[in-house]
Amino acid sequence: MASSDKDLSGLHPTNEPSVQKSDDAHGYYVPGDKIVDPVAPTGPIKDRWTQRKFDNRLVNPANRRKLSVIIVGTGLAGGAAAATLGEAGYQVKSFCYQDSPRRAHSIAAQGGINAAKNYKEDGDSIGRLFYDTVKGGDYRSRESNVYRLAEVSANIIDQCVAQGVPFARDYAGLLDNRSFGGVQVSRTFYARGQTGQQLLIGAYQAMERQVAAGTVEQFTRHEMLELIVADGKARGIVARDLVTGEIETHLADAVVLASGGYGNVFFLSTNAMGSNVTATWRAHRKGAYMANPCYTQIHPTCIPVSGDHQSKLTLMSESLRNDGRIWVPKKKEDCDKDPREIPEEDRDYYLERIYPSFGNLVPRDIASRQAKNMCDEGRGVGPKVGDFRRGVYLDFSDAIARLGEDGIREKYDNLFDMYERITGENPYEVPMRIYPAVHYVMGGLWVDYHLQSNIPGLFVAGEANFSDHGANRLGASALMQGLADGYFVLPNTIRDYLADAPFDKLDESHPAVAEARADVEGRVQKLVSINGTRSADSYHKELGNIMWEYCGMERTEEGLRKAIDMIRELKADFWSNLKVLGTADSLNQSLEKAGRVADFIELGELMCIDALNRRESCGGHFRAESQTEDGEALRHDDEFAYVAAWEWGGENGQPVLHKEDLIYTAIEMKQRSYK
Amino acid sequence: MRLTLNIWRQANADVQGAMHRYELDGVSEDMSFLEMLDVLNEQLNAKGEEPIAFDSDCREGICGMCGLMINGMAHGPEVTTTCQLHMRSFNDGDEITIEPWRAEAFPVVKDLCVDRGALDRMIQSGGYISANTGSAPEANSVPAARDKAMRAFNVATCIGCGACVAACPNGSASLFVGAKITHLGELPQGQPERDSRVVGMVAQHDHEGFGGCTNIGECTAACPKEIPMDVISQLNKDLRTALKNGH
Ligand SMILES: Cc1cc2nc3c(=O)[nH]c(=O)nc-3n(C[C@H](O)[C@H](O)[C@H](O)COP(=O)(O)OP(=O)(O)OC[C@H]3O[C@@H](n4cnc5c(N)ncnc54)[C@H](O)[C@@H]3O)c2cc1C
Ligand code: FES
Repeated sequence: MASSDKDLSGLHPTNEPSVQKSDDAHGYYVPGDKIVDPVAPTGPIKDRWTQRKFDNRLVNPANRRKLSVIIVGTGLAGGAAAATLGEAGYQVKSFCYQDSPRRAHSIAAQGGINAAKNYKEDGDSIGRLFYDTVKGGDYRSRESNVYRLAEVSANIIDQCVAQGVPFARDYAGLLDNRSFGGVQVSRTFYARGQTGQQLLIGAYQAMERQVAAGTVEQFTRHEMLELIVADGKARGIVARDLVTGEIETHLADAVVLASGGYGNVFFLSTNAMGSNVTATWRAHRKGAYMANPCYTQIHPTCIPVSGDHQSKLTLMSESLRNDGRIWVPKKKEDCDKDPREIPEEDRDYYLERIYPSFGNLVPRDIASRQAKNMCDEGRGVGPKVGDFRRGVYLDFSDAIARLGEDGIREKYDNLFDMYERITGENPYEVPMRIYPAVHYVMGGLWVDYHLQSNIPGLFVAGEANFSDHGANRLGASALMQGLADGYFVLPNTIRDYLADAPFDKLDESHPAVAEARADVEGRVQKLVSINGTRSADSYHKELGNIMWEYCGMERTEEGLRKAIDMIRELKADFWSNLKVLGTADSLNQSLEKAGRVADFIELGELMCIDALNRRESCGGHFRAESQTEDGEALRHDDEFAYVAAWEWGGENGQPVLHKEDLIYTAIEMKQRSYK
Repeated sequence: MRLTLNIWRQANADVQGAMHRYELDGVSEDMSFLEMLDVLNEQLNAKGEEPIAFDSDCREGICGMCGLMINGMAHGPEVTTTCQLHMRSFNDGDEITIEPWRAEAFPVVKDLCVDRGALDRMIQSGGYISANTGSAPEANSVPAARDKAMRAFNVATCIGCGACVAACPNGSASLFVGAKITHLGELPQGQPERDSRVVGMVAQHDHEGFGGCTNIGECTAACPKEIPMDVISQLNKDLRTALKNGH
């Protein structure tokens, strides 16, 4: 399988640009011009990033002090970027909606972070991490970006250790690591089940150090509600102070969005309550392309839904799949039995059966869809939700027998506790029940190799960009990407943009600034004055149901068309029947929520259009019309080996589709197989 | 189940607040405490009464955003965060009192939300290791003894929620500061700044209006991550060493 090290020369394209024959979304969009990455590197893939860092222009330290950068988001991507740009001497303004930067959603990541350190001498290398990531993403990512990601992965671990991130260590005091969903080497570094927390605290502390040094100014409880584009360049944001309600404008020489993912468009997801699309959606409406919005990752190991009151879903780290075995009863009659009483021969360890070489470690999209299939067949377990039991077992009895309860406790203690707290069941005794839930989005704002969007001066980092994961992200690779973007990539690319300084003087009186501010004020006033009957939450739930039903794990042409109609109706109702109490000039969580839901509704429609257009199955996007005889995802590289970059088509217009061909030179496209 | 809730309402930092009484029916034991409040808020909204403001984000017990005094206990009766507290810890007919964190250094922002900016400012005063991006040596070039690394990790799990402060009769943040001192002080990378870190953080702690530690132990009892009291001993020890070293 290791084509990883062959033909990395970067000279011969291995595929042709694709030509789309099907047009399912006809009538919903306007075809636009093709686009290319204007700064795509060339030459041998191994040298591209090194060469680019060298070629990018420098800004001398005395000038850096005069240049300002706004960074929206304090997660791994935004926090790391703020710290690094602050250290370099730029004036940074950092924004987050929580009351402290340390609370960004990255804090919740559990399992680990990948790096091609090859500490275990098990055959890992930059080339293999690159290969695994492109393959895992089902050949829908840009190869130069992915190679760079693999290349800087090792530096991330060095950086974090230097900051005091307490990774797991072995008895010699050296770093430990483990293997993680979808790969066969051990390259995932971890801090028990709290890796995201530890990495984020590292980035946060580095950033706070810059706050003390005066290079970073931090704005907590502030929400970005608009991007300011003046004379064709991104020059600032309009933000609302969530405590006083004041609408503020902040101007700078460049803007970085590191505002995370939009999985909450599904209402129920593993994302934090406040995770939103507003920052990126507002930029989209100002002209930034939104790429592959339909690529959603549904994580296989989450705690099943327990009732209507549910406000979010909780992930059980995928690392559990290293030791837990997934099964459902062979016979439907057994589904309501105590699992411990079902004998071995009546259990169907379906992942091990269908995918003998990867077994329980198949990529997330596959594990999720198979769980759905088992439940659709009527072999799900746990309480019925509607007519179905939506759950499968994740069983640790073999691992407990092998490693002892203490061995398991050391590895997964907090996860087992959390499971018990939420479900009231003790997973050391009874197998866990899990079911897939929305977890991550591979889609996001389109960026070039420099992480710059099509709006000059607007950079996008972390989960907010359409990123390096193609149609599916491998476990432990989001943390890697967030920190790669924030510590190593962005600081080296944004300087090439900032080297154009000085930029035109800009003040509050510039028409673009005044207009952006007036727009936000108008919108906020509108939301508090509709005075209808329904809460923002109720709209959010309804949107989430539509998205989960028709744009979730399995998508069909018919369902997507239906969803688009339903979303349009929902949008009209929202703007005429919303009820937000309280005022705009004070802390008002209903108002915050309403603004986010309004943007989710528009995004939801675009996601459905994107999914409708892409009549193929790839990674997390499964179109029922495109599967092999045995139900596996079937890609159509001849038609769809492109990034779908959507341009906002105006309030009542249709989105414009720009295609960026994905041309592979260092890797050969194959149908993915984990059998 | 049916509950009676006494909840603190306060429009903003500048006005007086007061307790308000609400009746809530149909609460399921599978709900989290905050989902119970969501249900109440939906009902208030429907009745035309402004929903109660409270903070939460991850609802997984890790971001530290949530935090309520429930019947006088920080995060309520279990050793966990408010968001991970479930209604199965309560009984039908219970009367529950819900207040914001009470501490001089945490002014109320609105209803149940408080301003915990003081915690960030203490980190700014030394709670870090100065390692500029790009300057790091190869990660395994400096081994760290496993037991020390484990201790560092165990206290680095602090989520910065502020329960320790809210629980302490003195409003002290010694557990928070001690956890950071211990986390970074147990690692080889944390040594060069060990003295200046503790001096800086303690000075900021006092400046913010947090009280002193008198070994009551309410902090560790309320801590959802079970940070042990010995981090405060470590804090005192490190402070003595730093002062001895002329800081
Ligand atoms: C439960 C869970 C577990 C995970 N586990 C793993 C794992 O083990 N390994 C892995 O690699 N990945 C994991 N992931 C994915 C990974 O955590 C995220 O993709 C990644 O942390 C995102 O980082 P980020 O910096 O892009 O954004 P985030 O950390 O989401 O930060 C977003 C920031 O933007 C701010 N923000 C957002 N909108 C606005 C606005 N409008 N105005 C102002 N500020 C705004 C927020 O305040 C926040 O500071 C997990 C994800 C979840 C949900
Ligand atoms: S909401 Fe994050 S810890 Fe409770």
